[in-house]
Amino acid sequence: MKTRTIGVLGAGVMGRGVAQALAQTNHQVILIDRTPDILTRAEQSIRQNTRLMRLFESQKQAADPEAIISRIKFSTDYEMLAEVPIVIENVTEKWDIKKSVYQRIDRICHDECIFAVNTSAISITRLASVTTRAAQVIGMHFMNPVPMKPMVEVIRGYHTSDATISTAKTLVADMAKECIIVNDSPGFVTNRVMMLTINEAIFMVQEHVATVEEVDRLFKQCFGHKMGPLETADLIGLDTILLSIEVLYDSFNDSKYRPCPLLKTMVDAGLCGRKSGRGFYTYQLDNTDH
Amino acid sequence: METTTMMPTADITTHIKTFLARVIPDHELEDEEDIFAAGYVNSLFAMQLVLFVEKEFHIAIEQADMVIENFRTVGAIARLIEHKQLVAAR
Repeated sequence: MKTRTIGVLGAGVMGRGVAQALAQTNHQVILIDRTPDILTRAEQSIRQNTRLMRLFESQKQAADPEAIISRIKFSTDYEMLAEVPIVIENVTEKWDIKKSVYQRIDRICHDECIFAVNTSAISITRLASVTTRAAQVIGMHFMNPVPMKPMVEVIRGYHTSDATISTAKTLVADMAKECIIVNDSPGFVTNRVMMLTINEAIFMVQEHVATVEEVDRLFKQCFGHKMGPLETADLIGLDTILLSIEVLYDSFNDSKYRPCPLLKTMVDAGLCGRKSGRGFYTYQLDNTDH
Repeated sequence: METTTMMPTADITTHIKTFLARVIPDHELEDEEDIFAAGYVNSLFAMQLVLFVEKEFHIAIEQADMVIENFRTVGAIARLIEHKQLVAAR
């Protein structure tokens, strides 16, 4: 296991998870976000998650939360990314926000630095086009909760070089995970299928075909899925689901990707799932987010 | 002087069962039934369960107690809470 410093941009649910997973595998991490407040909450959340994840580790193996936190530098200063070999970007799934972030880090990071886009649906090739290093831009679609998920969907953009893919593979292996490499296409493999499934499941609830619990139980007990589509929606965040399905709709111009009105209403009402304490189900908040 | 009130075991058990009923509807849980083995709940719910226990019963689960065995059954959770409350009352 190597010790090196990785830049992580965005300290929301995914950014925190990536930072924690890196720190747990002996990487030094620079975690950047816009405000000290977000970073404070990220630190509390990582400490809490590290403590709770002890449930699934033997007491011998279990990592000390403070040791993990000590490997992460929390900062609002993008300039700290100047010398890192890789930046994993996890900012909001909005094109304009991501675009300005990539233009900014393209100016700051050294020429060899690789940009790994952690996105649900935005085109890797399109994001690469706003940088001066398209060959060094790659998709790394981590799954939530990142420290517990063994697989990463890695996306080859149109110009992504073999050397960049090789570096990404090494990083994934150093994080004790595996990856599958797919070509760039809206939503990649996982989210093109998953977002459509979740959206359709929400239509089922809207049309009173079945209740939330019934939909989820059917998927779990008929198909052996660990979680039903609506539980999964709550885990991903309904706001992220809506943004992703909108990206699919815009990318394909196909009405099969139209967002369900109930999904829009729930997002407007602030019922964003697990992270907001309520979505299709209600949750115990860990007090680090609100 | 602050006093620590001990909740009767039956009340603790009822509180836990009410919380679990939100994710395990239409099923009367036995006190020693393994909620994970039966596939009722997943690992993410286990983390929610710890937060619920800490908040609801005003106790802190320390690292040594952060083992899945303590949360596997309603009975195990109740015993952990009682033990913690007893230690706090001393």
